[in-house]
Amino acid sequence: MKEVYSIKSNRKEKAVVETVAQGIFTLCAACAALAVAVICFYMIKNGTPAIFKVGLKEILFTSTWAPAAAEPSYGILWIILTSIIGTTLAVLIGVPIGVLTAVFIAEVAPKKLVAVVQPAVELLAGVPSVIYGLMGAYILNPLMYKLELWLFKDSSTHQFTGGANLISAVLVLAVMILPTVINVSTSSLKAVPLHMRSASLALGASKIQTIFKVTIPAAWSGIITAIVLGVGRAIGEAMAITLVSGSSVNAPLPFNSVRFLTTAIVSEMGYTEGIHRQVLFTIGQVLFVFIMFINVVLTKILKKGAQADA
Amino acid sequence: MHKENSICGRKIRKSDAVLYALIYASAALAVFLILGIILYVFVRGVGQINWTFLTTASSFLKGTVGIAGNIVNTLIIIVITLLIATPVGVGSAIYLNEYAHPGKLVTLIEFTTETLSGIPSIIYGLFGMMFFGKIWGYSILTGALTLTIMVLPLITRNTQEALKAVPASYRQGSLGIGATKWYMIRTVLLPSAMPGIVTGIILAIGRIVGESAALLFTAGSDGKLAKSMAAFFGKIFESGGTLTIELYLRMSNGEYQVAFGIGCVLLIIVLLINASTKFLAQKFDVSAKG
Repeated sequence: MKEVYSIKSNRKEKAVVETVAQGIFTLCAACAALAVAVICFYMIKNGTPAIFKVGLKEILFTSTWAPAAAEPSYGILWIILTSIIGTTLAVLIGVPIGVLTAVFIAEVAPKKLVAVVQPAVELLAGVPSVIYGLMGAYILNPLMYKLELWLFKDSSTHQFTGGANLISAVLVLAVMILPTVINVSTSSLKAVPLHMRSASLALGASKIQTIFKVTIPAAWSGIITAIVLGVGRAIGEAMAITLVSGSSVNAPLPFNSVRFLTTAIVSEMGYTEGIHRQVLFTIGQVLFVFIMFINVVLTKILKKGAQADA
Repeated sequence: MHKENSICGRKIRKSDAVLYALIYASAALAVFLILGIILYVFVRGVGQINWTFLTTASSFLKGTVGIAGNIVNTLIIIVITLLIATPVGVGSAIYLNEYAHPGKLVTLIEFTTETLSGIPSIIYGLFGMMFFGKIWGYSILTGALTLTIMVLPLITRNTQEALKAVPASYRQGSLGIGATKWYMIRTVLLPSAMPGIVTGIILAIGRIVGESAALLFTAGSDGKLAKSMAAFFGKIFESGGTLTIELYLRMSNGEYQVAFGIGCVLLIIVLLINASTKFLAQKFDVSAKG
């Protein structure tokens, strides 16, 4: 670019550069919207054919998954239920621990301890999901297997899973959502103005009463956000639980080997073709619908929270 | 906070004591899990790491195990992804923060950016396989393009935060002495926002290094090393597995020793990334400088 320091000089050239710059930035910004549109389109385009071929009711509401049988059956009811129940249980375990840890970091712990705990939690958030899977498969599954052997030693009907079962997967997921829940809750707890706590303490409430009756309710919208983000992370996680949850499609009972929406895709996408492959895309579509639903709910909450803060 | 919040003798309520115990127990459990996982992977994996492991590809003939091919693949994917995602992400943030007027378009773009960051990686994997994979098959390029969409929100959001932290006086001063808007962005805003942009890039690297589900069906799993320069560039159009993919495959085969070795390498990278973002955040705090 020419450096000319006159207000009369190349105004036209400058105007062109300005317009071009603005155009490029607008294009960049449009990329995100475009990407979402294309992803939506492709998920629908590839997931829908199987629905027409097999039938929506057959896929969603029957429970026999036998794509390789002579008379193939593509019911994914157990898979959907596994994802819902597994995620719910993981959230029920992970969220209380996460929120209480956040309370510890934001309210209770001395500064020196916070300086250790908080970076550790942030570090946990960056650990690749396969490492959680590795720990689950190497440590949790053998433990579960021992428990299984002990619990079902007299049972003749139980199918032994080697410890790869719903409980193992739920525990891995519960640990995986911890960092998200802790980080988001901590920052929302820290954002509660000091005077609210002071007022409560001045009225004679104990510190614990203040935390549970004043601070946590005040930070509630942030905590809900943390929970919803945790749900999103748990329902979308694939690699960490593929090996931990077992590999056969079963009813989501604690000691059954189960398949989640995500793991169903991972374990079969590599080699399938034809209708079987299209049904896998439909599974992806179901997962996508769940995620979009969670996203919309999240946005609603965030907006509400922003209004409440204002 | 003050310990004595009562003027009379302190009596601890039972419910208080129970809740305190729960809080301490949760925090202890969380810390135990974190340290447990990290230490365990280190202890099990560190013995696996040696020069052959890091600098050669696995060889059946010699019977050695090496992850150099996977390291190179990971680096190539990082470079390609960032080459595309950084300009687009930064440009998007500049538009949102400097040009756009609040309205439907901005709401739409911000909503879609949020949505992108909420989509799980397995969906990206499926999409990448159907969209980019149709053209380039299982290849490093397919993987990198898929990841580009995935890390886009990360870079956009960090840049946006950084731009918001640049004081308005910088803009006014620059425009006031006659700079055009683009000139102001180029010479004043971007340099001031650089730490935020770099933080976004580092976080994106972290995400790419840790990613597995989005790569399994896009970039594939090959772990060989390129033998010549031509082969190296040709590799972009061939299948290539990153460290995480290799870890996953080893784990599926029950080769836990190797898996822990790779896990250890990954954890070291994560630690480095964490440390460098911390360092950047402290060193270049624009808002603190005023």
